[in-house]
Amino acid sequence: MTAPFIQPDLMPALPEMVMLAMTCLVLVVDLFLPQEKRGFTLLLSIATLALAIAAVLVVAPPNAVSSFGGSFVLDHLAVVLKIATCGITILVFVYSRDYLIDNDIYRGEYYVLGLFATLGMMVMISAHSFLLVYLGLELLSLSLYAMIAFNRNSLPASESAMKYFVLGAMASGLLLYGISIFYGVTGTLDINQLSAAVSSQFALHPVALGFALTFIVVGLSFKLGAVPFHMWLPDVYQGSPTSVTLFIGTAPKIAGFAMAIRLLVDGLGDLQVDWSQMLTALAIASMAVGNIIAIAQTNFKRMLAYSTISHVGFILLGILSATANGYASAMFYTITYAITAAVAFGVLLVLNRKGSEAENISDLCGLNDSNPWYAALLAIAMFSMAGVPPTVGFYAKLSVLQAVIQVDMVWLAVAAVLFSVIGLFYYLRVVKVMYFDKPLPEQTTTIKEALDVKLLLGANSLSLIVLGIFPSTLMAYCILSFS
Amino acid sequence: MYADWPLLSLVIWTPILGGILVLFAGDREPSGARKIALVVSIATFLLTLPLYTQFNTETHLMQFVERQPWIAAFDIEYYLGIDGISMPLILLTSFTTVIVVISAWEVIQYRASQYMAAFLIMEGFMIGTFSALDSILFYIFFEAMLIPMFLVIGVWGGANRIYATLKFFLYTFIGSVLMLVALIYMYTQADSFAIFDFHHLRLSLTEQVLIFLAFLVAFAVKVPMWPVHTWLPDAHVEAPTGGSVILAAIMLKIGGYGFLRFSLPITPAASAELDWLIITMSLTAVVYIGFVALVQRDMKKLIAYSSIAHMGFVTLGFFIVFRIVNSGYGDQGAALALEGGMVQMVSHGFISGAMFLCVGVMYDRMHSRQIADYGGVANTMPVFAAFMVFFAMSNAGLPGTSGFVGEFMVILASFKASFWIAFLAATTLILGAAYTLWMVKRVLYGEVANDNVAALTDINKREFLFLGVLALAVLALGLWPDPLVEVMHPTIENLLNHIANPKI
Repeated sequence: MTAPFIQPDLMPALPEMVMLAMTCLVLVVDLFLPQEKRGFTLLLSIATLALAIAAVLVVAPPNAVSSFGGSFVLDHLAVVLKIATCGITILVFVYSRDYLIDNDIYRGEYYVLGLFATLGMMVMISAHSFLLVYLGLELLSLSLYAMIAFNRNSLPASESAMKYFVLGAMASGLLLYGISIFYGVTGTLDINQLSAAVSSQFALHPVALGFALTFIVVGLSFKLGAVPFHMWLPDVYQGSPTSVTLFIGTAPKIAGFAMAIRLLVDGLGDLQVDWSQMLTALAIASMAVGNIIAIAQTNFKRMLAYSTISHVGFILLGILSATANGYASAMFYTITYAITAAVAFGVLLVLNRKGSEAENISDLCGLNDSNPWYAALLAIAMFSMAGVPPTVGFYAKLSVLQAVIQVDMVWLAVAAVLFSVIGLFYYLRVVKVMYFDKPLPEQTTTIKEALDVKLLLGANSLSLIVLGIFPSTLMAYCILSFS
Repeated sequence: MYADWPLLSLVIWTPILGGILVLFAGDREPSGARKIALVVSIATFLLTLPLYTQFNTETHLMQFVERQPWIAAFDIEYYLGIDGISMPLILLTSFTTVIVVISAWEVIQYRASQYMAAFLIMEGFMIGTFSALDSILFYIFFEAMLIPMFLVIGVWGGANRIYATLKFFLYTFIGSVLMLVALIYMYTQADSFAIFDFHHLRLSLTEQVLIFLAFLVAFAVKVPMWPVHTWLPDAHVEAPTGGSVILAAIMLKIGGYGFLRFSLPITPAASAELDWLIITMSLTAVVYIGFVALVQRDMKKLIAYSSIAHMGFVTLGFFIVFRIVNSGYGDQGAALALEGGMVQMVSHGFISGAMFLCVGVMYDRMHSRQIADYGGVANTMPVFAAFMVFFAMSNAGLPGTSGFVGEFMVILASFKASFWIAFLAATTLILGAAYTLWMVKRVLYGEVANDNVAALTDINKREFLFLGVLALAVLALGLWPDPLVEVMHPTIENLLNHIANPKI
């Protein structure tokens, strides 16, 4: 049987096509640029992302539209998440420039790979078929593997890349295995049809579907970094060049959230009771392990890795509550977490200079004396991660807790806030080191600062307070995405 | 003329914006930053005065109300207003901040602008806490004030400041996050975060007890009540003088205020059920902590413990009302207990602030807080000694000073509930006198102990100014407490109506 070929509506995929075309352009243009003109590649990359955002805004539909036989969807969720992803990638590119120059890895490939990774994330966000989810995920992952190993003279980076590659491949395998069982049972890869197929097949094949769901959840947990599938995260964060850690720690979280929503909520909503239970266990374990082990870290990047794990626990809380409100809260949490993490890694990048690697928490000693501006910015980010008002982290936690309590899981909310008290300790320790300790003698060298980074980082950090005081607009978009 | 002004917003945001201004003024010209800070703090104080002069003492309803939708998704509002229990505390806050700014004038040399800014921003947050009528708004102010205090203790504190400030932050935070869960739970029941909608919420006894316990953890840590008081002596000892003053005079009151605004009216049945717990904790604070204060060698620690004991009176007064009502004395006695607790809070704000300032005056000269390092200070600093003796007397509850009024009211009311409770509470008159006066004797009187004391100079005009103003306040409240009691009376009556209704 051959179905007639129907020309798909290409408009919904315009942003992706713009990205692809522009990225190829960047790749080619960069080849012909001498090293001293590398800044042009950066400008062109930022222009690419800006164009992609513009394209998203142009094609943003009033109602969800799907194309490519239903495997590609453009709804409010996709619009908001794509804009957030591209916007954060712009921040990443700007923050990392000086670091790349100082470490002699200021090459076009960084930007090209970053753009391809972003394209992968955009595909994941809009994917409405298992196959497309997987394609987007692999495009993202392969780009990331290469970015980590990009500084090929660095032994830890190579080790991280290897580790990430092996574990990432295994997680992809698990995900594929789950997908294949679903395909075997239901005969479809299309997320739109999956829901109906699952509910009709559930009585016949409960065990097979349970198995498949488990593999999907495990694969997702690997990618998100939820305990007990988090082992790769601290090593990768620590070993990667900080500019890449900044990238891994921010935008892909948004794509991971989108993947969770597309697979679990859109596709497997009928198995909600099952995956809610699994996510409950994962969320508690993530908050516990992430917060407690972070206390013992002396390496700042490693500490932030564990902190990420605990935040993933919070994001899962929103998803597992399985209400529109809960999804919206988790979405708000994910986006604001990515913005917050961008500040934390961004400040670390500024401090990270040739000859004065800033990687350990003790390297931040007395930052308030040597550079009160960056100390204040990092302190705001830390308070936001800890969830102290008036920063946006508080509001994000409030909305997730509210969603959890609304479905009568007060005990889960109590556990979550108690773990966040534990979390507060290590965030405060960073503030303590910056404000209360005296700088070590070798750290008195002043920071060479670029004005654009200084201002952008400042705006980024202050946005945490502005969003904390006026969260309504962003929250409204999040709620709209799930209404 | 003030009716149309958003007066409460002004008194909240003037110090916060002023603080940011001071921060940007920087330390290149510290005297400029100081002057801006003084102007801002005095302006804020003047702005709070109309809250008193224009206050309608006939009604229990909220006054100076401002209500704007804020976060529509969760019905969170920017909802401000004051009544008889919050207004005096707001005035106390703005008054104390002026004193703190003056007291830090020459003393703080390291990063003076950041120090001043921290106190101004904190002032805004504290006033916001007292005037917020939306529970999330309350929570935001309640938490946000921890950040400046954390930095004040950590940057300008003593040797062991980092331990103390981390302990302070973590203790307070763990208490308040449980309160947050309780607030969200009530939101899911009431579909609103407004505190008054919580007041009319019907909850089962189990729910009430759990919510009550969540509030108890939050506010008991803040007050602090025995056995969660241990952060206070550490924080007080390590904090700079201004930090100690704000901590003792205002921050502790937020715990007491929380009991009146949240625990009693929202969970009256649970409060009645568990009043034995609070009464036991309060009496332990009064008696046991009184003994602990007696053996302290560090003056600041002694005053910190004395604060815990005095705040025990506040919580005793708030929670003994159920026994008074049950024993048939009716609302008169109950109102006396609540008002006694409130008067004690305001009076303790003046007295403890003054005591910490006295220690600060000596510490600036000798750089020691150990009682053993002093002796015979009255010989070299006679004017100062007069002030300190006066404040010590009022701390011990001398009639005619404000310290007497609140304690007397609470003890009097306690007699209507139970003789033994009143008896134990009254031991404070002995213990308080013992630890305070014994410290005064060792520090001020006797032979000049050593060369350092002999070299002391008496207080200057600036120090005379802030001690004198505080002495006047203590005396005024002691001789004529009526204006204060009058202001809060309708509110307290209304609160008693809430308490009488178990709301199950």
